[in-house]
Amino acid sequence: MRVVILGCGRVGSTLAAILTREGHHVSVIDRDQTAFDKAAQRLGPTFTRETVRGIGIDEDVLRQAGIEEADAFISVTSGDNTNIVAAQIAQQRFHVPKVLVRVYDPIRADAYRGAGVETICTTTISAGLFHDLVLGRSLRSIQEYIDTASPRAEGRNA
Amino acid sequence: MYVIVVGGGKIGYYLARALLSEGHEVTLVEQDERRVERLIAEFGEAVVVGDGCEVRVMEDAGMGRADCAVAVTGHDEDNIIVCQMAQRHFGVPRQIARVNNPENEEIFHLLGVSETVASTRIIYSLIDQEVETGESLLLAALKRGKIVIVSADLTAGSPAAGKTVKDIYLPGECVLAAIIREEHILLPSGTTELLPGDTVIGVAGPDARHVLRDALVGTRSSGARRDD
Repeated sequence: MRVVILGCGRVGSTLAAILTREGHHVSVIDRDQTAFDKAAQRLGPTFTRETVRGIGIDEDVLRQAGIEEADAFISVTSGDNTNIVAAQIAQQRFHVPKVLVRVYDPIRADAYRGAGVETICTTTISAGLFHDLVLGRSLRSIQEYIDTASPRAEGRNA
Repeated sequence: MYVIVVGGGKIGYYLARALLSEGHEVTLVEQDERRVERLIAEFGEAVVVGDGCEVRVMEDAGMGRADCAVAVTGHDEDNIIVCQMAQRHFGVPRQIARVNNPENEEIFHLLGVSETVASTRIIYSLIDQEVETGESLLLAALKRGKIVIVSADLTAGSPAAGKTVKDIYLPGECVLAAIIREEHILLPSGTTELLPGDTVIGVAGPDARHVLRDALVGTRSSGARRDD
């Protein structure tokens, strides 16, 4: 599988290392060279086949990372807006079959769910996991945590 | 009209001031505390402090009843998200975005943000016009700078002087709109002869303005270009 990952933080680089180890062709984009250096220190220099330095909404940068041949695009920078915009470009401009995007803000994640882009709100998932753990409940499936609306949204709909 | 302006930098500040002076209702959203102090001193309660991309802040600003959302932050991604959220989440009828990096303008349109102002590109093309043209002058830029209205003062040496309008080669995307001769305005027809001293007003599309200028007053560097 050809995978392009935007954002070489902890999640992006770890995911790149896992997929690369499994034999997938992974390229990682980050605007900051030191992000690649840190990832290489943590995970070993072979954490990815290639790194591209640049802005993730720049089409030339995405092309350089191989987005035109990509089977999947995963957007995991620290900025929700960058992730959402880059994911939409991957989907609408380059028609990447699978587009995943990490969004911290649960409301923004809800707003952009569907329409060809899969949003993963790690805030909702982590909060849900901790919630069940602290109350000694058994853990549910990830999908259930994803589907759990934020307390604020629930309050508004009630 | 109720307008929400997201981004309280120079553009947001002057835009809010201009809209308020025309009697519109305006809310200005800004998150940078250093800027907020100055904005509140001037605009008072019309300022909402917070991240304009967050739904809670948008609600506080009254996005649900806005006629128009204008996103003028210095970050193109943020401007796109503000417009998309205004459109999708709040059903705001009109969204206008500032494009910081001119190369991103197409992405705004691709992602459904159709009304954009690419200030850098507009300023660049205005300067480019000023620098390049000899006796031709840019009067106005329409359609985000893609269509221009220019005027050209003909001299005895201009390629168009002494010719009738039908003998001047003009590409498809430009028209001669008017001829000003002394104090009179003439509507050009095919048989109108252009004379030295005439001021010719033309309208040209993106690729045609240089051709229009060349046909009327020639280029300074290479002289008149003969297209016929």
